[in-house]
Amino acid sequence: MTVRATVLGVIGEVAEQHDKHLAPLSDNLALLDSGLDSLCIAVLVAMLDDRLGVDPFANDNGALPVTVGDFITLYENAAA
Amino acid sequence: MPQPDSASLRHLTAAAGLAPGRFIADSRVRLGLADFLSDGTIALPLERFRGRSVLILCDRQLAFVRVLLQLDGIAARLVLCPSDFDFAHLPAVTAEAEIDAIVTDSADVTACMGSGMPITVCGHYPGEPEPARGTATEWILFTSGTSDRPKLVAHTLASLTGPLEDGLAQASDVVWSTFYDVRRYGGMQILLRGLVGGGSMVLSQADEPVADFLGRAGACGVTHISGTPSHWRRALMSAATDRISPRYVRLSGEVADQAILDNLAAAFPAAAISHAFASTEAGVAFDVGDGLAGFPAWLIDQAGAKAKAELRLENGSLRIRSGRTASRYLGNRGVLRGPDGFVDTGDMIEVHAGRCHFAGRREGVINVGGQKVHPEEVEAVINRLPGVRMSRVRGRPSPITGSLVVADIVMESSVGADSFKAMKAGILDACRAALPAHKVPAILQAVASLDIAASGKLVRRHA
Repeated sequence: MTVRATVLGVIGEVAEQHDKHLAPLSDNLALLDSGLDSLCIAVLVAMLDDRLGVDPFANDNGALPVTVGDFITLYENAAA
Repeated sequence: MPQPDSASLRHLTAAAGLAPGRFIADSRVRLGLADFLSDGTIALPLERFRGRSVLILCDRQLAFVRVLLQLDGIAARLVLCPSDFDFAHLPAVTAEAEIDAIVTDSADVTACMGSGMPITVCGHYPGEPEPARGTATEWILFTSGTSDRPKLVAHTLASLTGPLEDGLAQASDVVWSTFYDVRRYGGMQILLRGLVGGGSMVLSQADEPVADFLGRAGACGVTHISGTPSHWRRALMSAATDRISPRYVRLSGEVADQAILDNLAAAFPAAAISHAFASTEAGVAFDVGDGLAGFPAWLIDQAGAKAKAELRLENGSLRIRSGRTASRYLGNRGVLRGPDGFVDTGDMIEVHAGRCHFAGRREGVINVGGQKVHPEEVEAVINRLPGVRMSRVRGRPSPITGSLVVADIVMESSVGADSFKAMKAGILDACRAALPAHKVPAILQAVASLDIAASGKLVRRHA
């Protein structure tokens, strides 16, 4: 499974777990408009750390992704 | 401050009556209490210890109890080192407690050598007349539950025996035991109940398998037994609880949740089950025997002579004032009780429907995006689910919310790894039904076991 597919799959899982209604996902969609709140995004990051073995936020460079596309790219780069 | 000779532990033990059936036992021997009291232990005249500050460093709890019985009322200060004493702390403890003598049962005598102290090995010093015991000896206990160097807490025999005022089970046929080391506050309570309350005492031994301990306790006819909820969960996991048939089961030292109370009631249908609120600093404040977690809210703000301990809530935490609290920390280690005499326990309380519940420790709070989560409240939800033996909830750093809630769960042995996957959804559903979203664990992990410290408490790392 590609990193992109994994990230999108886990976004769906988190939304379902937290009873959130997901907007149709696209790369240009702002992450905070996706239907996930910040707690969901925190859970998402923790779950992706466990699934992919990477945490692109761990080096604390402060850059937070704005869009879904940015978010996926961060993981693709970190996993590469 | 001088005290009458009749107030020493030795005299109180004898005054309770030395009936032939009274005994003290450990993993190696069982001794009649009358003989135990008349045996010498220390290989020096006791007068040499008069007015001194003595570190008691014994491997065997039985040796420790002997030394305690001999030196109380003679030494100015006795420092009670538990079995997990870290020798790296010896210089700091020596300085803080102004130690000028060490008594040991020699197990680790070489470790004391560099201290420059006179070291006394337990042994027999013959033909000594009974010395006067008019000193109000200070008893120094170690705090538990922190990963830093323990603080040294000053008690007296009077503050430690205060809880015995309840008159519980003071008869010569009562046999007390505890999972605790008796040098811990919770264990010392049970030792004193055995000695001063007129019964017998079965001591635990560090590293003894729990099934062996329960077998030994059962063989000695233990009637009254205590431990932390973690001790009891481990006992239930050992499947050896049928080796004892106590009339009284006590929990203290950690929050007793409804699951552990229910499990103990099922394992010991004939026993009264009681959970006590006590800490090394605050002493025993109260105990609860109605089988329900938490305690009745009417206990708060009861004042006057009838209340054994006064309880107060301030900024959410439980404060306690009574004659059973410790007086101070040795050294420069903070304030133990405020100017009004109240000890701040650091235990956070929430009141629902007339019942006070422990929400957790103030310093153990997990901060999820600015919202507080007490690990214990989440554990209480998880622990009551079928298939769950115990759990530990902790924080995990998150770049988004600061921290996230993670639960490590020990399942019943009948639950396999595959079924844990299937059960995860049910556990999360139960958490969501009972808790707001930020308290629901983001991650659930099955673990084979959880560490329990020598103090009997679940090991927690505070970030």
